[in-house]
Amino acid sequence: MQHLVNAISLGFVFGLVAVGYALVYGVVKLVNFAHGDVFMMGAYMMFYASVLFGFPWLAAVIFGIALTALLGVGIEKVAYRPLRKYPRINSLVSSIGMSFLLQNFAVVVFGGIQRSFPVPEMMKKTIILGEVRIQSVSIYTIIFSILVVLLLTFILQKTRIGLAMRILSTDFETARLMGINVDRTISFTFALGSALAAVSAVFYALRYPQIFPFMGQYPGSRAFIAAVVGGIGSIKGALVGGFLLGMLTVLLPAAFPEYSGYREALIFALLVIVLVFKPNGLFGQEVGEKA
Amino acid sequence: MKRRTKILLSLILIIAIYVFVYFSELYMDPFIKRILNTGLIYAILGVSLNLINGFTGQFSLGHAGFMAIGAYASALLYMSPETKMSNFFMVPLISPLDRIQIPFFWAIIVGGLMAAVAGFIVGAPCLRVRGDYLAIVTYGFSEIIRSLFNNLQNITNGPLGLKGLPTYTNLWWTVSWTIITVIVIKRIVDSSYGRALKAIRDDEIAAENLGINLFKHKVLAFVVGSFFAGIAGGLLGSLLMTIDPNSFSILFTYQIIMIILLGGLGNITGSVVVGIGFAFLMEWLRFVEMPMNIFGIEFPGILGMRMLIFSILLMVTILFFRQGIFGKVEFSWEGVARLFQKKKVKE
Amino acid sequence: MRKLLCFVMLLMGMLTIFAASDIVIGITQPLTGNYAMGGQLGMRGIDMAYEEVPTVLGRPIKLVKLDNKSDKIESANVVTRLIEQYKAVAIIGTYSSALGIPGAEIANKNKVVYISPSNTNPLVTKDKPFVYRVCFIDPFQGTVMAKFAVQNMKAKTAAVIYDVSNDYSVGLAYYFRDAFVKLTGNPKSVVTYIAYQGGDQDFTAQLTAVKRANPDVIFAPIGIVGDGALIAKQARELGLKQPILGGDTWDLPQLVEIGGSAVEGVYYSTMFDVKADLSDKTKPFVEKYRAKYNEDPGYLPALAYDAYMVLIDAIKRANSDKPEDIRRALITTDYMGVSGRIRFDQNRDAIKDAVIKTVRNGKFEFVTVIKGD
Repeated sequence: MQHLVNAISLGFVFGLVAVGYALVYGVVKLVNFAHGDVFMMGAYMMFYASVLFGFPWLAAVIFGIALTALLGVGIEKVAYRPLRKYPRINSLVSSIGMSFLLQNFAVVVFGGIQRSFPVPEMMKKTIILGEVRIQSVSIYTIIFSILVVLLLTFILQKTRIGLAMRILSTDFETARLMGINVDRTISFTFALGSALAAVSAVFYALRYPQIFPFMGQYPGSRAFIAAVVGGIGSIKGALVGGFLLGMLTVLLPAAFPEYSGYREALIFALLVIVLVFKPNGLFGQEVGEKA
Repeated sequence: MKRRTKILLSLILIIAIYVFVYFSELYMDPFIKRILNTGLIYAILGVSLNLINGFTGQFSLGHAGFMAIGAYASALLYMSPETKMSNFFMVPLISPLDRIQIPFFWAIIVGGLMAAVAGFIVGAPCLRVRGDYLAIVTYGFSEIIRSLFNNLQNITNGPLGLKGLPTYTNLWWTVSWTIITVIVIKRIVDSSYGRALKAIRDDEIAAENLGINLFKHKVLAFVVGSFFAGIAGGLLGSLLMTIDPNSFSILFTYQIIMIILLGGLGNITGSVVVGIGFAFLMEWLRFVEMPMNIFGIEFPGILGMRMLIFSILLMVTILFFRQGIFGKVEFSWEGVARLFQKKKVKE
Repeated sequence: MRKLLCFVMLLMGMLTIFAASDIVIGITQPLTGNYAMGGQLGMRGIDMAYEEVPTVLGRPIKLVKLDNKSDKIESANVVTRLIEQYKAVAIIGTYSSALGIPGAEIANKNKVVYISPSNTNPLVTKDKPFVYRVCFIDPFQGTVMAKFAVQNMKAKTAAVIYDVSNDYSVGLAYYFRDAFVKLTGNPKSVVTYIAYQGGDQDFTAQLTAVKRANPDVIFAPIGIVGDGALIAKQARELGLKQPILGGDTWDLPQLVEIGGSAVEGVYYSTMFDVKADLSDKTKPFVEKYRAKYNEDPGYLPALAYDAYMVLIDAIKRANSDKPEDIRRALITTDYMGVSGRIRFDQNRDAIKDAVIKTVRNGKFEFVTVIKGD
């Protein structure tokens, strides 16, 4: 029972990170390796806002989210926009390069030493239900993830910019012909995606209150997997993918403690099997491959 | 230019390279030699991954995994039983690996073959899985390898890795393998196979309609590419004298992908030159971390600056040399001949 | 293009030419990459030591510090570079045994003295006459903690949580289990032996399994300090009340900073404590460090400091800057460092006492010293 609760709360953490990833991925079709590092920058900005400038906690968080959104837009302008007409691998390597740049920037400017992320009292509580214990942060994470998905679905389905994003995700040229401002829409997508990265960074850091320049690597790679398993461009899929990943991460060692070392191998083996049998992910539509 | 002349010129070049190797082994500064060895290994990796990613357009993130297989398989074969004994002090090595020792050359070949088998296994799902999904399958593969190697203590010694490997790797080995890699892959690329591979890259469906056997060709690219990755792994292990599963992580694959992109996708010359250049650049960039004395003012070295500058340089190259530094310019004897002719005109 | 080339040559030239009278000591640490924290802390110790003793045998010491970016290929290249280009007579090595071993191999092969400040893996010095270390090794540390658990804490059963991708963690977990089973005489006394993967931030799965087995103590030889803080935090949140034991990786201020009240009452072994009264040099060192960096020194700066001082001591006694002479002088070292008395055994590993520490009221507290013999 406790294992199940652990699994669900970790699943939603991964899911929340994956949603931001899937958004950018779905619209721009870019495997953004720098997403995890944008996530890291978000955490640092909040850290500095609250510890160094003494912002109140909530203000620091909002400040961090806004700055991270700006950072995301900036990265897109500098590193991805000029490469849009070139093969996919160019922007991909560009995102790897960006990821290196952000990490090394963080090492030089913030230092390689771990810092502790401020956690407000409200989030520190543990709820005890009989045998089972739940962190209050987990509950906030779950509520928030669902809210975020609902909000995103609303933006995508009901607003003009959401419509533009959906058209972009199928074809750039068509979108342009339909009079959509491609650059602006993509900028907006990156702003939204990066803001989501910052939001997930908040919840991640609340749960695991240590921040360091390489903290983005692990959630970043998990988000990548979750988004791909969930299916291209599917927000719901990303949440479910992240959720499944969290379940596996917790339940595998729980079920087979003596083989706990093999967890990663098992997770990836399952992944490969899923992809071989469902090559478009769990919730992906059948799309023709376009270079 | 006649084919005979070209072959002759190539032979002369190879002999010239070996003369250079002969003198370098005797007189060159060991540090430079070491970097050169590393660079040549990067070159082998670059060229072999280029066959998969550049020529065939199959986006693979599994190269580090193939290397790991090659490195371990060969190291376990060429290490002496005594060294193995001292390595496996926690969990003993399974029999008969603990008694076998075979010459370096054959060990490397076996390592390459093992990697090729893995390449076949990974290449097979290619028929169903494409694009980013293939990337994640291959990434998954290299993580599985890493996880298995961390856990199978009675074969790989787990995360402790293998230490004290004998140093066989020298310029003779690395140069020879680089030449073999380049020749083999060049031959494949120029053959009908190569044209089929490029057709698959440009339009898979059209290629299939033309009667190209997708499965056979994609798997071929994977098998050959991973064979040479395995070889490079074996050479690297012996150069470093120690290997452990965690040095073959996804970060290593990223480095190789950078090398092939900077050299130009599908450009063998580019991969070789950038591979070697990369190793030297990383060392040369160290000067930025040294305390500097410019116009009489002491600047303290800022630690970590080197990697920052490296990533900035990387971004600039990606953004401004979009076809890679070499673009589509391949080394060819015709090109050299043209260069000479131009010079003559100038005179 | 030619100008650029000239510039490059000039720089290369600048780097290689040092005044002949300098004694060159090479330093290599991971200043970037995953182990950057360990490397940066070690560097502080070196910097302090160099400020105090910048000359030996009446000649200036030239420190050459190179980053190995937490990468094995680089760490091998860096040591070669220190030896070949800078003509270092001795090298003070890197944080992390995995990074240290390739460098140690190369230094030994080139007959250059190599001193490791904090690599605890037995293989670092094994069969390498030029390689020394000023810290204890994992088998000793694992035994010490098992001894402490059984004798001081009266534990009959234990659970072990370790990082399967970290050589240090796997080794220490192994030695602890070995010693614990021997001391209790019960082959089933280690009730849970469960792994996680470096990079994990969530240990609830492992901890819930531990909770079910209900051991007397939990031993967690983690790879990096943050993992320890999070393990403690999540254990307390899951309602585990057992004492948690750890190794030297726990000994960093980040433990309390990140773990908060959850790390109260953890016990770990280390090699240095500001209050352990290891030698009369400890106090001035701690004061100086506090003044400079505004925090208490952990074992990493202390050991790096000692490694430098032991080397200088050996150079003085050898009265020579020849690696062979320094190596011989090192054998007979008996030096009072800030982390206690340092002598070397026949494997060139330091014979050292282990310091047991705990956290009380958000502060590190010294518990006891377990003798090394």
